[in-house]
Amino acid sequence: MPEVLLRVEGLDAGYGRVPVIRGASLEVMRGEIVTIIGANGAGKSTLLKTIAGLVRPTAGNVTLEDRDVTGLAPERLVRRGLALVPEARMLFGPMSVAENLALGAHTRRSTAEVADSLKRVNSLFPVLAERSSQPASTLSGGEQQMLAIARALMSNPRVLLLDEPSLGLAPKVIADIFGVLDDLRSEGLGILLVEQDANLALKHAQRGHVMRSGHMVLSGAASELADNDDVRLIYLGAWHGKE
Amino acid sequence: MSSSELLQFVVSGLQNGAVYALVALGFTLVYASTGIINFAQGEFFMLGGVLAVAGVRFGLPLPLAVVASVLVSAGIGVALERFALRPRRDSGGLVLIIITIGASMVLKSLARHIFGPNEMALPAFTPGPPVIIGGAAIDPQVLWIWGLTFVVVVALTLVYAKTKLGRAMRACSLSHDAARLMGVDTAGVVMLSFGLAAALGALGGAVVAPLTQTAFDVGARAGIKGFAAAILGGLGSPVAAVVGGLLLGVLESLSVGFLSSTYKDVISLVVLLAVLFLRPQGLFGRAGKEKV
Repeated sequence: MPEVLLRVEGLDAGYGRVPVIRGASLEVMRGEIVTIIGANGAGKSTLLKTIAGLVRPTAGNVTLEDRDVTGLAPERLVRRGLALVPEARMLFGPMSVAENLALGAHTRRSTAEVADSLKRVNSLFPVLAERSSQPASTLSGGEQQMLAIARALMSNPRVLLLDEPSLGLAPKVIADIFGVLDDLRSEGLGILLVEQDANLALKHAQRGHVMRSGHMVLSGAASELADNDDVRLIYLGAWHGKE
Repeated sequence: MSSSELLQFVVSGLQNGAVYALVALGFTLVYASTGIINFAQGEFFMLGGVLAVAGVRFGLPLPLAVVASVLVSAGIGVALERFALRPRRDSGGLVLIIITIGASMVLKSLARHIFGPNEMALPAFTPGPPVIIGGAAIDPQVLWIWGLTFVVVVALTLVYAKTKLGRAMRACSLSHDAARLMGVDTAGVVMLSFGLAAALGALGGAVVAPLTQTAFDVGARAGIKGFAAAILGGLGSPVAAVVGGLLLGVLESLSVGFLSSTYKDVISLVVLLAVLFLRPQGLFGRAGKEKV
């Protein structure tokens, strides 16, 4: 029986009085990558921000490891084991790589455990160990994305939310990063991945949801979605092959 | 002007400058955590002196009266944030800044109401004759001003650079959302910065009161001087605030020496305007905000 880490039920959220997401529901199991694909402006980022506590939901529930965390502030959610790698990374630019990672471990008490986590992220992304004393703003785009993921991992999360990790990166770097995500998944981390590159996302995810105008319009196993004609046509660029 | 006269003007400039620095540190701390200018900052300078005098009149020993006035002022700073500013947090910077202006009027009026309109004197921390250094006479109280300012700046710089709290405060100054995602209690950091800022302003007010007297209405002038010093330094780091303060103090003092004491208070406004026109990021600020 797979264990549900994150459950979202009927979530509504938006900015001011403008609703951006309507009735979003999903589950993330232990050791699973779930992806949300959809066009720009479909509400994918808002959904992640709402789950992570940066945007307050107007309806619905978020449950983390069987505990209700709806509307909890982000600083509380990190302590419960949920970390967000935000859109555009939101690194602390003038601060060093080491300090960014230390901030990722802000909620943790045991220095020995933090040292273990640091060893772990340095082995996942060896380039970060080399750049340890450099300001985060001086890293390349790929290195910055690696740092953003490593920083989130420093809080020792059970659930990781990722917002567009492939955006603007070279194919080689994207392959490295998604290789790491596969490893983390196989170790039991639950990952909720928002991606514009639907091909890439469905290749690495076990299950997926398609979002359009704030609604989940289609859900299923990643392989089924990848074979779905509508998905192929609209999100996977299949028309290129059908001309 | 002889060299010993010049030295005397520099010493007197550094004396005022160190006090401006303490007030400027308060502006810098609040700006870093919230992005707003706290225009009630000068009133905490007033409270520091006035409350210390009240403590002494109440019968407290002088050191205790000074510590108590700094702590009470810090408490008022925290209360200002918690009860006047936080409820309006989402209304935008301008509303918050206007609230701080209102708070400064309230504090000033209350002080006049409670402590009266007259000037008050605080005893010197360590009474004694001036120390003569290189032809300049330095009041022992000036050594207190320099010593306390130095200790405060070193302590703040260390906390900022080396501690978990300081790291969290710097993270807050870069992005509240990113800091919250790390688990930083940003609301707590903001409240702390208001408390610290009030404490520093109050310390400045208390430590200079034996030299200058104090009264309910000394806050506005201290606020303007501290603000000019903070802008001159660039609102960036504790060290920048202190250099800004010292520089402003010396400029003022030399203007008294070379021009006329009439222009003393004009200098800080001229410096303020000149910096804002010519180098808005201040002496030590980066041009524009670095963002990743």
